[in-house]
Amino acid sequence: MSASNEAAVLAAEVKGKMINIVGEGNFDDSKTGRLVYSYDATPNFQSLPAAVVSPRNTREAAEIVRICNEHKVPIVPRGSGTNLCAGTCPTEGGIVLLFRHMNKIIDIDEENLTATVQPGVITLDLINAVEAKGLFYPPDPSSMKISTIGGNLNENSGGLRGLKYGVTRDYVMGLEAVLANGDIIRTGGKLAKDVAGYDFTRLFVGSEGTLAIITEATLKLIPIPETKKTMLALYQDIESAAKSVSKIIANKIIPATLEFLDQPTLEVVEAHAKIGLPTDVQAVLLIEQDGTPEMVNRDIERMSAICKEENAVSVQIAESDAQAEALSSARRTALSALARLKPTTILEDATVPRSEIANMVRAINNIATKYHVKICTFGHAGDGNLHPTCPTDSRDKEEMERVEKAFEEIFVKAVELGGTITGEHGVGVMKAPYLELKLGKEGIAAMKAVKTALDPNNIMNPGKIFAKDSRKRVVITR
Amino acid sequence: MTTREEQEKIQEKFKERMDEDELLNCMRCGFCLPTCPTYIESGYKESHSPRGRIALMKAVVDGLIEPDEDFERSLDLCLGCRACEPVCPSGVNYGHLLEEARAIVSVNKRYSLPAKVVRNMVFKGLFPHQNRLRNLTGLIGFYQRSGLQTAARGIGIMKLLPDSLSSMEKVLPSVPSMKEMRNRPEHLAPLSKKVHKVGFFSGCLMDTMFLETNNATTKLLQLAGCEIVIPKNQACCGALHGHSGEKEGAKDLAKRNIRAFEDSDVDFIITNAGGCGAFLTDYAHLLKDEPEWNTRAIAFHEKIIDISEILVILGFHEKVKLKLPAQIVTYQDSCHLRNVMKTASAPRALLQAIEGIEYREMKEADRCCGSAGIYNITETEMSMQILDYKMEQAKGTYAKTIVTANPGCLLQMKLGIERAGLSGSMRGVHIADLLLEAVGERAEK
Repeated sequence: MSASNEAAVLAAEVKGKMINIVGEGNFDDSKTGRLVYSYDATPNFQSLPAAVVSPRNTREAAEIVRICNEHKVPIVPRGSGTNLCAGTCPTEGGIVLLFRHMNKIIDIDEENLTATVQPGVITLDLINAVEAKGLFYPPDPSSMKISTIGGNLNENSGGLRGLKYGVTRDYVMGLEAVLANGDIIRTGGKLAKDVAGYDFTRLFVGSEGTLAIITEATLKLIPIPETKKTMLALYQDIESAAKSVSKIIANKIIPATLEFLDQPTLEVVEAHAKIGLPTDVQAVLLIEQDGTPEMVNRDIERMSAICKEENAVSVQIAESDAQAEALSSARRTALSALARLKPTTILEDATVPRSEIANMVRAINNIATKYHVKICTFGHAGDGNLHPTCPTDSRDKEEMERVEKAFEEIFVKAVELGGTITGEHGVGVMKAPYLELKLGKEGIAAMKAVKTALDPNNIMNPGKIFAKDSRKRVVITR
Repeated sequence: MTTREEQEKIQEKFKERMDEDELLNCMRCGFCLPTCPTYIESGYKESHSPRGRIALMKAVVDGLIEPDEDFERSLDLCLGCRACEPVCPSGVNYGHLLEEARAIVSVNKRYSLPAKVVRNMVFKGLFPHQNRLRNLTGLIGFYQRSGLQTAARGIGIMKLLPDSLSSMEKVLPSVPSMKEMRNRPEHLAPLSKKVHKVGFFSGCLMDTMFLETNNATTKLLQLAGCEIVIPKNQACCGALHGHSGEKEGAKDLAKRNIRAFEDSDVDFIITNAGGCGAFLTDYAHLLKDEPEWNTRAIAFHEKIIDISEILVILGFHEKVKLKLPAQIVTYQDSCHLRNVMKTASAPRALLQAIEGIEYREMKEADRCCGSAGIYNITETEMSMQILDYKMEQAKGTYAKTIVTANPGCLLQMKLGIERAGLSGSMRGVHIADLLLEAVGERAEK
């Protein structure tokens, strides 16, 4: 991706207006200031915005949007920039709308079991704040230590607890959002039931900043489970692990977490975390169950038995909460730890119905062999959401082309098995060329109609979700 | 201010010398951000985060930006605490990148005359020469003992200095006399059954201004059964040089130290300053371009161990009775001891073994205190912001004693206590001094 673009500079008039709104200190168009918001966590995407603007409240955000609409300046909303589909990379220039000031928890309502927050709140901070009151906010993306709620909402982030508790979308009750014309609207509310008109809440969650700028959210909380237990099942062949996953679910057990890690992933995670993960087995399932003590014990026992029936070489149960926490924390570092292997780490999140997990794992391995690329796989096996990851080197053009082809085939296979091209990372720029695989032409046309109606000037995170043309993802100059 | 010409030169050197693989190793996941004090204290500005700084270094290498003033500002504001390293799943060695980047900037930049004079005085004139450091410390001692200090404070002349410096003046330890400093023995016999022969890295500041702490350290080692060798020809570790971009000066000092300990035939080399210890363990990297020295540096660094760690290994806290009057004690990590030398549990284990005290962990004890070498002098504003946050956490423990493991941290804690108006109820102390106090060999001051 090119790091320069035509829209690199804002007209002096626009700049002046923006500074009037947010103040000198919250408008940055210096070269360094722009450079550090030219990327997110997606490899090989970099593009400088024209300026970085940090509003202090909804009113300021709305006024900035209004100016952008008037002058047709693209807007990329950004929290901590941990996005994995280049969704927060300002590929079309314009401004980065940064939520570093709007990071307050407005209230935790113990009567309605809701939390109302600004978009810049760090996910883990919210989780800790509600847990202190005996409440639970389940969505826990691996980046939760630094990801923001705003980012989670825009990407509809999943996480390790998705299997039992669902994803971000399932916990959003209402939003305040700024539309492309600068209007501020409110959707939903602290309401268990609400069918007043279209469900804009659901539409905006996961819209990747292409429809509106979310400036506040009311989130659903649930009582915190009484207790939890964590176990590890070790396998000498990957398929047995995958079969265990399907069998656990078929036995009507829904664990809170059911994660899969293959041998290369185990090795790098252990190199970072040093918590004594086994590195001499081909695969591991990390399983957690929460609930009442009786239920947790019963489920853990039954799952151990199932894993052993499916040829697990060993089943270990974490002895303490600290050990259990260390295991899930370690799992959350898998992607970044894989970056140890090679300079470039390409990650996807093809997702299939959970019954197809063994087929998908087998297909990924065959595809890797076919294209002579190394693919490490980890992910949320329990909800069919895998993260095949390829350690490679973007400087090696020939290999990058093979990587490209391998991933395309993985997407095709996933859709063929009734799955999707992305389970939780979003389409962004990275998967835009493949969206048609999942939606068909008609599906894309319907989505574009929504986009055009709400954002006629195409200023809201342009270039994301919809591919410019049908050309495949191009690899990439640094 | 860098000129256009200087910027071009810096850019060229970045392309030539920055480790591209290490830069690419950062996959920009952002896991480092929540651990970075300057990211947090700057109001979450990416340009003051590790990920942002690495992106900036890479952008200079790639020619996307020029190494302008803002770029330098970003490097300057980094504490170099390296809290980003243990949390980095990809294992990026941020410290090495930072050091190299700073070295390139400092070599290729013409500093303003006053800055140049100060840098020369500190890096070339003072720290490499233990005798000069002794003389300076002697001067401070004269100031403290002659009545000048009392007089100066009485007249209120200190009020003319910037806040941080005038507070700093108050917290300097009572320094030893010239005679004490010169009479450092080269060999000490164990005071219990001999278990190891160890070398003691005495350091520059530690062996002058903090001589008493050094004496406490060697005493503890003797009690733990160590025969101690203190080679006379050792020098300052070079950390201040390395961290400020004076790489050549650091290399000279590294070679002197490797040579000094090479023939002493010791099992361990003990340090009692996290900042120095961490830099000593990095000598192999510092000397990576000189194969012969690199090998010698590896042999050297494998022996480096912090006083807390060796005491725990030797079971000191189980063998020797440690007791203090009832008080709450908390511990502030030395960043480099924790993040680079990976010593974090040993000091806590030692403190918890002291009878009579209640150990309370401070919230975010692993976050930098803002001392960071000479950072509290060069970046006073940010340093004080970080320190004030730290003191809030310290207050939360109701501790009477804050224990540290590095002289810079110790001074900063004392400064923090002074700033927070707690000088009557709280004290800062080096772990070696507290342990010796607990042995009963030294009364509480």
